[in-house]
Amino acid sequence: MVNKEGRQGLTLISPTLLYALLMLAAPLAMVVTFSFWTQDYLEVNTTLTLNNYREAWSQPLYRVLIARSLSISLIVTFVTVILAFPIAYYLSFKVTRRKSLWLFLITVPFWTSYLLRVFLWKVILGYNGVLNTAFLELGFITEPLTFLLYNANAVVLTLAHAWAPFAILPIFVALEKIDRSLLEAAEDLGDGPLRRFFRITLPLAMPGVIAAILIVMIPTVGDFITPKLVGGTDGLMIANMIQIQFGKANNAPLGAALAVTSMVIVAAISIVIFLTGKRLGGRVK
Amino acid sequence: MSRVLKFISARWMVTYAVAYMIFLYAPVVLLPVFALNDATIIAFPLSGFTTNWFVVLWHTEALHGAIRNSLFVAVTAAILSTVLGSFAARASARYSFPAKRSIMGFIMLPLVLPEIIVAVALLVVMMRLGMSLSLWTVVAGHILICTPFAIAIMSSAFQGLDQSLEEASLDLGETRVGTFLRITLPLVMPGVISSLLICFTISLDEFIIAFFLTGTDVTLPVYIWSQLRFPTKLPSIMALGTILLVLSIGLLIIAEWFRRRASKKQGLEASPTGGFV
Amino acid sequence: MSVKRNKPIIELNKVTKSFGTFQALKGVDATIFEGEFFSLLGPSGCGKTTLLRMIAGFEEATSGTIVIGGKLMTGIPANKRPTNMVFQSYAIFPHLSVGDNVGYGLKTRKLPKAEIAAEVEKALKMVDLGGFSDRAAHELSGGQRQRVALARALVMRPKVILLDEPLSALDKKLRDQMQVELRNLQRSIGITFILVTHDQEEALIMSDRIAVMFEGEIAQLASPEELYRHPVSHRVASFIGVMNFLKATTTVADDQEITLNIPSLGTVSVPASYMPAGMDADTVKTIGIRPEMLTILFDDADKSTCRVEGTVTSTMYYGDMTYYSVKLSDHDDDVTISMRNTAGRSIVPAGGLVQVGWGVESIVLFK
Repeated sequence: MVNKEGRQGLTLISPTLLYALLMLAAPLAMVVTFSFWTQDYLEVNTTLTLNNYREAWSQPLYRVLIARSLSISLIVTFVTVILAFPIAYYLSFKVTRRKSLWLFLITVPFWTSYLLRVFLWKVILGYNGVLNTAFLELGFITEPLTFLLYNANAVVLTLAHAWAPFAILPIFVALEKIDRSLLEAAEDLGDGPLRRFFRITLPLAMPGVIAAILIVMIPTVGDFITPKLVGGTDGLMIANMIQIQFGKANNAPLGAALAVTSMVIVAAISIVIFLTGKRLGGRVK
Repeated sequence: MSRVLKFISARWMVTYAVAYMIFLYAPVVLLPVFALNDATIIAFPLSGFTTNWFVVLWHTEALHGAIRNSLFVAVTAAILSTVLGSFAARASARYSFPAKRSIMGFIMLPLVLPEIIVAVALLVVMMRLGMSLSLWTVVAGHILICTPFAIAIMSSAFQGLDQSLEEASLDLGETRVGTFLRITLPLVMPGVISSLLICFTISLDEFIIAFFLTGTDVTLPVYIWSQLRFPTKLPSIMALGTILLVLSIGLLIIAEWFRRRASKKQGLEASPTGGFV
Repeated sequence: MSVKRNKPIIELNKVTKSFGTFQALKGVDATIFEGEFFSLLGPSGCGKTTLLRMIAGFEEATSGTIVIGGKLMTGIPANKRPTNMVFQSYAIFPHLSVGDNVGYGLKTRKLPKAEIAAEVEKALKMVDLGGFSDRAAHELSGGQRQRVALARALVMRPKVILLDEPLSALDKKLRDQMQVELRNLQRSIGITFILVTHDQEEALIMSDRIAVMFEGEIAQLASPEELYRHPVSHRVASFIGVMNFLKATTTVADDQEITLNIPSLGTVSVPASYMPAGMDADTVKTIGIRPEMLTILFDDADKSTCRVEGTVTSTMYYGDMTYYSVKLSDHDDDVTISMRNTAGRSIVPAGGLVQVGWGVESIVLFK
């Protein structure tokens, strides 16, 4: 039985829900269905088959791409969160005035065109790029470094930059929620700054850290601009292949199978991370 | 001893924070630098000052079409997502209903879903339904990813709205519609404006969905993507990027200002993280 | 202090309210009269606010009826009821000036502007905020917000003004002052006030009648004095002030007198009129005595009062008063005795032997 308030709430949310069902749930279901079909140039054959998955899982190319996407995304996540934590900590505990200005400044770069930001990293890291010319000028190096661009490192760096605010904000929010008297209590009970950090601050910030990890990890697996612009051939990821299958290769069902496969793997990893986080410090709600 | 440690740790934090901000802003700062550099190659050393690249933009017809398309998409997506977001935010802030968490989680899903998945999913549907791709398909996709942001912003607007204000209005004899117009709307208006601006900005910048779902009419980011292949076009793209950057920051500042005014109007301290989290 | 029993203004008939499986109100019956200052008193969660919100029209009764001014209110929304509310949070519209807040309801009634302005100023003067019309809402202090909320209700000239814990957000001094002001204002304008509060002192000071509520039911509905002197149950007695409970049994009872055996005090006889309605001699199990009805007898005391010996176990000094915990023989718990501190009288330290005096007239009989 749904009471009156429940009915009102459901009525109110129904337009948004309906839209999401129509434009998200149905399409996602469609992708899954599609992945069991086949396509020969422009003809779609709706006979159900596992061939796409067979191909997606057995072809070394796809396996390499999926593995690389996952490892790059995990490294990006790790780097981004590790880099973000001190900033969030600094903002929450050390900055007393103009906190919102700091937060605003952190979010501003995120709101500029993603395409151009990625492209500008190419400019910074390139053969004639900012770093190389600067180092040459300063005499650190005698010829331009070539390991900066067109490899997985460049992808990691660029993505870590792109997702920075998404890592900082959840951690910051979690830190802000920590009742400062808890820290004083810990100190009062004999904990030094370091012990206090590991016994109180970090466990209580864990929900924010987990949120940051998930928010960064999930979308980065699906990125294809960054690999394409700064990744070179060694930096290509699964999303590039999905894009190719839907585009030039005209094999949407295979693309769908690749998409579903990576989604399932990402979802599985996310659940593992979520549960681990819950055990580590997530007893706090 | 501990005082020395404290000093060092405080210094270390500041140094780190500054370095981090340089890292964040490095690419952004380069944008205007190359936009005003008098050279076709995007590399150092700089060769001279010019505003020529901005003039080039003025004469590029294809760009103007892309701008018109992007404006149409962004305005439409911003309005529709704000409307949909407001419904959901109001429902979640005010009512408890069955499966609330799952429903809200599902609607917020595009926030963590890789954009390529959203794009591919919509593309598959359009293909199956035999619908041709157009700006409307891009709008549909953008509404999907903008709505969670609209919900976040409108939720804080509605949560700050003390329920007893609306009850007081009813109690004083006002009708439901009158209460909405005289109390609810004025109090959440800054949130609405802030949501419109944020959604507009997101849609204006969005590339992946637009890339998959755009038909013959390209949006601005898709146009930029196509131009990145031509080295000679790059400086003018930098100029374009600079304009977009200034525009985005301007819109963001306005949005932020409205958001704070909303909190102030309701007599609350604006939460520093705003609606973004 | 009896109220002129005018016409009934609000009649509650077997009002119940359920939220899911939780029963917030379990059948409330009450009649509230015109011009009365009526309080709903009870601990949080007793249903008092729910009842007030049902009278206001924000909640619908699950069963039972509410009649206001002779009209059945079932299905009538809040904006069509002759009641106005002062909210706990005051609900001052933050985007409107003080004047626009107070004139909000009049504007709904589509009165001419000049008339609204005049009425608003009159209402503001009533709450001592004359000339505040142009102030912004956020410039007000807590006490001023409370007054604006009251003026906003007063200006509508409702049949009933509902106040939901209106003073709970104020500090002690201001609260004491507002209690008196609110009481005087209500007396002078004669509108029925219904106050929801969890503060028994506040209810006693302000009300003509008080309904004490526990768990969705009215436990006792009476004047403040009646409630304090003749509480109907242990629970009511302990909620309104402090009460010492002592075991007792009836030995003899007739039309004139009841003789009680109270192990800790001895045998006493009280007039038969002390027996509460619905009880008889066999059902008396305990008696109650308020702390101020017990006295520690010093040397100068009148020798004729009933007395019993006890040992002081602890004292609490309140400045004007001292509260003693005293152990009596044949009684498990200590009894509490409050003594006014008078000049030249020292406080008996813990361990001291004292004579405890008491009067028969202060005894309340309980089940």
